Amino acid sequence: MSAVMMTRKVRKWEKLPGKNTFCCDGRVMMARQKGVFYLTLFLIVGTCSLFFAFECPYLAIHLSPAIPVFAILLFFFVMAMLLRTSFSDPGVLPRALPEEATFIEMEIEATNGNVPAGQRPPPRIRNVQINGQIVKLKYCYTCKIFRPPRASHCSICDNCVDRFDHHCPWVGNCVGKRNYRYFYLFTLSLSLLTIYIFTFNIVHVVMRSVNSGFVKTLQDTPGTYPFMLVCFFTLWSVVGLTGFHTYLISLNQTTNEDIKGSWSGKNRVQNPYSHKNIINNCCEVLCGPAYPSVLDRRGLMRDDLSVPTSALSIVPGLCLQLESSYGAMFPLQKTTAPLIPNEHTPDDAKPSMADSAIAHAEKRSPSPREEKLPTLPKSSPTPTKVPPLASPETDAEASIIAKDKAL
Amino acid sequence: RFHNLQELRHSASLANKVFLQRDYSDGTTCRFQTKFPSELESRIERPLFEDTVKRLNIYYAEAEKMGGQSYLEGCLACATAYLIFLCMETRYEKVLKKIGRYIQEQNEKIYAPRGLLITDPIERGMRVIEISIYEDRGSSGSCSGSSSTSGSSAR
Repeated sequence: MSAVMMTRKVRKWEKLPGKNTFCCDGRVMMARQKGVFYLTLFLIVGTCSLFFAFECPYLAIHLSPAIPVFAILLFFFVMAMLLRTSFSDPGVLPRALPEEATFIEMEIEATNGNVPAGQRPPPRIRNVQINGQIVKLKYCYTCKIFRPPRASHCSICDNCVDRFDHHCPWVGNCVGKRNYRYFYLFTLSLSLLTIYIFTFNIVHVVMRSVNSGFVKTLQDTPGTYPFMLVCFFTLWSVVGLTGFHTYLISLNQTTNEDIKGSWSGKNRVQNPYSHKNIINNCCEVLCGPAYPSVLDRRGLMRDDLSVPTSALSIVPGLCLQLESSYGAMFPLQKTTAPLIPNEHTPDDAKPSMADSAIAHAEKRSPSPREEKLPTLPKSSPTPTKVPPLASPETDAEASIIAKDKAL
Repeated sequence: RFHNLQELRHSASLANKVFLQRDYSDGTTCRFQTKFPSELESRIERPLFEDTVKRLNIYYAEAEKMGGQSYLEGCLACATAYLIFLCMETRYEKVLKKIGRYIQEQNEKIYAPRGLLITDPIERGMRVIEISIYEDRGSSGSCSGSSSTSGSSAR
């Protein structure tokens, strides 16, 4: 199915809301601030290069060539895990399309009933029972959804992320359901690499000292000491972090939950996701299925977004019809024709499913951007009988939401 | 009333959408509520609908199953530094394709003839199953106005 439009094909990542940057035509997804990530790369690559350049020749000859070989393998593993963590989708939940948002709003209105004028409506919470415990699902005003359990909204990336752990500036991305295991393996392998390099550094210095005296060794190998210092400090922080995450994994908790103290304390709910067995917890987190991304970054922006793909694929002929009959006559232009015809639309202007396809391509691109504005529009996106979409200021939970966003 | 999907496209207009929510009673695994929405009462028989949703739940459970195969896949992938994912399709992706085909088949056989259309949940972030309800163009102009009356009951 080729594009109708005169302009180039647009991929979905170009129109995604949120503050991510994309590279390689949507294959790579990162946060906006990447400075610290470049520092991480520099430290790892720099330290390992110095190790390979200065220490390895001596060690290979005097001890064993296996030492640099293993170091290289470990280095590649560390880099692979780092790049996987940084470049993959952490488990971003796409924002609700207008119809879904409206549907949820109406459900909320129905639950709340009539709020007397002047009074704030109750906070938007949905209670669900998970494994016998009551868990509260919060409503996300930015994404217009009730967040699934364990999901949280990252204010840096401006996305809701499933099984949100934390936003890591060192890898330049959020850590969530899809990339948590890569993050853990990155910290684990980096710990091993740092310990390995540090150990063989010491071995190297000792061996040289035995041969030629300590002072002469210091003079011969000046390059050793800067990066030994880096290794030493890195060691403590990375090993500490690995230990912390090992603890979290064994309890099947996220950093976010740990910080908020969601499952700690006697009068609080116990963790409903834990299998109460360390091995099961570890297996679930590290060896569970590889979840696919639901963002579809590289899909082409379809003209008619009201028609599900499952239906479109059945009627390829329709799209060819579109091309031949409309492509030449109606060049792509901004229209304000609503997708769903309603009583305000005069009968002769009611768009057919095919006609609305062309209009909708333009309509969709401005709408996700609207969500970025700090004040949500008070008027409803779909006309008539729809309650105005609430904003955080009108809700009793405003302060809690603000705290959430700051996290 | 509608014989096939082509007729649906040309002669029907979108009247309403129903969203089936996730069922979290079992944890964060993907499951959808099988509660029958009232808007569909006049359009489709309950057993057919429940059958579809239950089957989808079975497929998702199969995709997310923690068992020998998923552990093996995980360990093998880890040993290759996950480079194997660049060329191999994961089990989850295979099941998702199966789900896509199943939904297409259900749409063709059962839902389109009744003026309904199911959207694959993956297109909605696996949050909801969206069911679009179409009205015959020729019928009395029932349009999006109908959505307000039925919003309260679909929980």
